[in-house]
Amino acid sequence: MIEEEMNLTELDIQENGIDDKGGSWLSCFPESFTSLEVLNFANLSSDINFDALERLVGRCKSMRVLKLNRSVSLEQLQRLLVNAPQLAELGTGSFSEELTFRQYVELESALSNCQNMHTLYGLWDAKGIYLPALYPVCTHLTFLNLSYAALRSDELAKLLAHCPRLKRLWVLDTVEDKGLEAVGLNCPLLEELRVFPADPFDEEIIHGVTEAGFVAVSFGCPRLHYVLYFCRQMTNAAVATIVQNCPDFTHFRLCIMNPGQPDYITNEPMDEAFGAVVKTCTKLQRLSVSGRLTDLTFEYIGRYAKNLETLSVAFAGSSDWGMQCVMGGCSKLRKLEIRDCPFGNAALLSGLEKYESMRSLWMSACNVTMNGCRLLAREMPRLNVEVMKEDGSDDSQADKVYVYRSIAGPRRDAPPSVLTL
Amino acid sequence: MSKPIEHDYIGLSEQQLPSMEKSSDKKDGLHLKDTELRLGLPGSESPEREDHDQNVLSLKSFVSGAKRGFSDALDGGGNWVFSGGSGGGTEGLFSPRRGGKNNGGKDLSGSDSGSVLKDGAARKPSVVQEKKPQVAATSSHGNGNIAPASKAQVVGWPPIRSFRKNTMASHPPKNDDGDGNAEAKLGSGCLYVKVSMDGAPYLRKVDLKIYGSYKELSSALEKMFSCFTIGQCGSHGVSGGDGLSESRLIDLLHGSEYVLTYEDKDGDWMLVGDVPWEMFTDSCKRLRIMKSTEAIGLAPRAMEKCKNRT
Repeated sequence: MIEEEMNLTELDIQENGIDDKGGSWLSCFPESFTSLEVLNFANLSSDINFDALERLVGRCKSMRVLKLNRSVSLEQLQRLLVNAPQLAELGTGSFSEELTFRQYVELESALSNCQNMHTLYGLWDAKGIYLPALYPVCTHLTFLNLSYAALRSDELAKLLAHCPRLKRLWVLDTVEDKGLEAVGLNCPLLEELRVFPADPFDEEIIHGVTEAGFVAVSFGCPRLHYVLYFCRQMTNAAVATIVQNCPDFTHFRLCIMNPGQPDYITNEPMDEAFGAVVKTCTKLQRLSVSGRLTDLTFEYIGRYAKNLETLSVAFAGSSDWGMQCVMGGCSKLRKLEIRDCPFGNAALLSGLEKYESMRSLWMSACNVTMNGCRLLAREMPRLNVEVMKEDGSDDSQADKVYVYRSIAGPRRDAPPSVLTL
Repeated sequence: MSKPIEHDYIGLSEQQLPSMEKSSDKKDGLHLKDTELRLGLPGSESPEREDHDQNVLSLKSFVSGAKRGFSDALDGGGNWVFSGGSGGGTEGLFSPRRGGKNNGGKDLSGSDSGSVLKDGAARKPSVVQEKKPQVAATSSHGNGNIAPASKAQVVGWPPIRSFRKNTMASHPPKNDDGDGNAEAKLGSGCLYVKVSMDGAPYLRKVDLKIYGSYKELSSALEKMFSCFTIGQCGSHGVSGGDGLSESRLIDLLHGSEYVLTYEDKDGDWMLVGDVPWEMFTDSCKRLRIMKSTEAIGLAPRAMEKCKNRT
């Protein structure tokens, strides 16, 4: 493909975890090729031909976006940057090897020449001691993605002191609440925050972030409107405070990692937390709920979340009534995905009229049966009702259901495990 | 294990397949991966994590890509609940895969979540288990709160994108806070670290806090692992023999056949015995009983002894 595309401006290998067989694709760009503006190979797992890359980057003077993969070292990064000071977005390679003092100085110097850089990714395995090399670039940064760098709170704090213009920040929860306090203190313009779990499957870990970190950010960043937050504990009161500080949320995705966990102080369900979110944040478009939730949460959602378009629910609700509230109340709902909730056929069928105006519905591990699905399919012929069954499950249960409108009829390429009713 | 392939929605289970194969090796109980020489790496991920890689199938969405299933927690505004495999345009469909072994069967009892099963009807989350995959069709007819009863690892939860999961799993972040608490510490008073031995089919764990010196640790390890070494050098090649004979006991600190090494907080593999005992227990994250032939450069003493013997 590369050999044929003489005027290619963008080569962006999406995050598919591609396992490529070798780095020779870079050599396919002929020497006369200079048009590339976007090059993203961050997700290739193998080594690349660095010389070919260096030459390519050197001659593509319009390149604005360069996202390297992990195999590119700090020293190599410096060599690339020297020839590409015009870069606006940089995804570094690995940020952890040993550097001599001189190499460090050269790296810092190369970075400081990149006056147009507003976005920084990568920083794989970043070692705290090299972060100061980034300070010159930090002043113009609006998006910093540190979600592959396990930084400590003090390391993050020092870095953020140089990032006053930050609008979007992604971090790992290794920064802990203290790190998030630094976010609140240093980044008043912040609009988006994503905190990913470094160790999502280890339940014995006592680190990570809590409600305190989120609250600290909300006090310092009133413009926050997009949040994705993985934590192990939360309280209703904290969420109420957060949305009071930041009423403009459009995307509120809270993942309390232990399924069905209540407010850890009062032991109550988290209903009031999400109630506060939907009552206060009138612009809310996307909501992901978690923790122990009864039907009350869904009553609130149905009643208040009038702009909601996407809703994700897991391990929540008490009865069909919960889902019925949502189907009845959220007039703008487009996408609904549910897993492990006690919603059955009555809930499914309550949305009969609605599914055609929606993008899709997904329900898995709920109480929906095959008969319920058949009924839906029969009543609404313009919907594709697809059921995927688990091995060994009860014949009558519809383990996974996916419903979407279609004028093309049932799909013809479904594998045998997918039944279209 | 072909089941996951059959259920793969579009037939594209991309990076999940290799780790599925890995885990089927594990199912044989051989843990072959764990005995691989892995000098310098921070150690392989825990079995639980690998199983998760296996169990969360990322299914691509179908047709024109206009349809979306579950995406998740990374770029492009995907949905966090159900991890998808691809980024950008097409979002993956989430399939809470079952099958694959039960991960340690941790108990999701009320204690941690603080949740009390107030009403009788508790709904189990879809857990990773081989039989009866259907979630307990326990009634929740108006009654129960959703209070998961067992703390088994739940498939596809938390909803992390598989790319991120794989990335973090193969290079686990070294979470070292300033005062030097290695993650090996589970609580004050005990310091369990894994011990592997080259050639042994499984690992052990020891609590470093119960030993006061290198000698004590060495004897304890010898006892623990002697079953794997008896008979290895035997002329009749029968393992077990008639009990421990002195010539077969390995002196792990001074021995020539095996070398005792440990991984420190920085991820480097070090020879055991160089630093004071307390410093060692503070920085040791895991132990490895390495064959001398593998320990080139790490244990010059051992190599000397080897040479002298032959």
